[in-house]
Amino acid sequence: MSVKILYFAWVRERTGKAEEIVDLPAGVSTVADVVAWLKARGPEYAEAFAPPGVVRAALDQTHVPLTASIAGAREIAFFPPVTGG
Amino acid sequence: MSVRVQAEDFDVGAEVARLTAGRTDIGAIVTFAGLVRDENSGGTIAGMTLEHYPGMTERELARVEAEAGKRWPLQASLIVHRVGALKPGDNIVLVVTASAHRQAAFAAAEFLMDYLKTRAPFWKKELGPDGKQHWVEARDSDAAAAERWEAPSRNR
Repeated sequence: MSVKILYFAWVRERTGKAEEIVDLPAGVSTVADVVAWLKARGPEYAEAFAPPGVVRAALDQTHVPLTASIAGAREIAFFPPVTGG
Repeated sequence: MSVRVQAEDFDVGAEVARLTAGRTDIGAIVTFAGLVRDENSGGTIAGMTLEHYPGMTERELARVEAEAGKRWPLQASLIVHRVGALKPGDNIVLVVTASAHRQAAFAAAEFLMDYLKTRAPFWKKELGPDGKQHWVEARDSDAAAAERWEAPSRNR
C-alpha cells in the first residue's frame, strides 16, 4: 500500500524529511505498525520515535490513537504534542 | 463562523467591526488575544517560529469552532492564528465570540482557546537570547484545561 507520510516539528527534524511516499508491506495495518516499520528503517527514524508514547498521529488530517487502522488512509502524519495558542 | 491561519498580523478592532457589521442581534462580544511573551519557563526568549500542518490546522480549528456553536448559542465566532516568525509583543492568536448574552460569549471563548491549544496542529519553536532554538513542550495544565470541558456535567 502506497501512502504519503508527513512529519512535523522535531519529528521532521529527526527524520530529516518533511514528507515521503512509502510502500507499506502487507501486515502493517495500524498506526503503531507503521511506527514500528519506520523505526526499523534507520537510526534517524528510531531516534524520532524513541520517546515512548510521545509522538502523535493523524490519518487524513484527523487525530487518531496509535491503535487506529490505516486501511484506506492516503496521508499519515506524525508530530509531537501540539503547542499552539 | 470562520477560521484563518495567516502569517500577517491581525487588528482586533477591525476584526470585531467586520464581525458585527450590519447586525443588531449581537448583545455580547468577547475577544481573546494571545501575545508572544519575552520569557518562558523562567528563561528569556528573543522570538519564536510557529509551524503548522496546512489543511489539518484549518480543519481542526473549524471542528473546534463548530463544537462551540453546538454548545452555546453563538451569533458569530472567529479564530485567527498566526504562523511563521514572531517576536515578543506580537499577536499570536485571536478568538472572537458573539452572542445575545455575555455568559455564552465568555464560556465559548474560553472553550475555543482550551480546545485549540490541545487539538490544532501548531508547534512553537523558541529562540533563546543565545541564538539557540528549542521546541516548546506541551503543558499538562493545557491538557487539564481542555479536559474540564469533557465532563458530562460541567464543573464550572
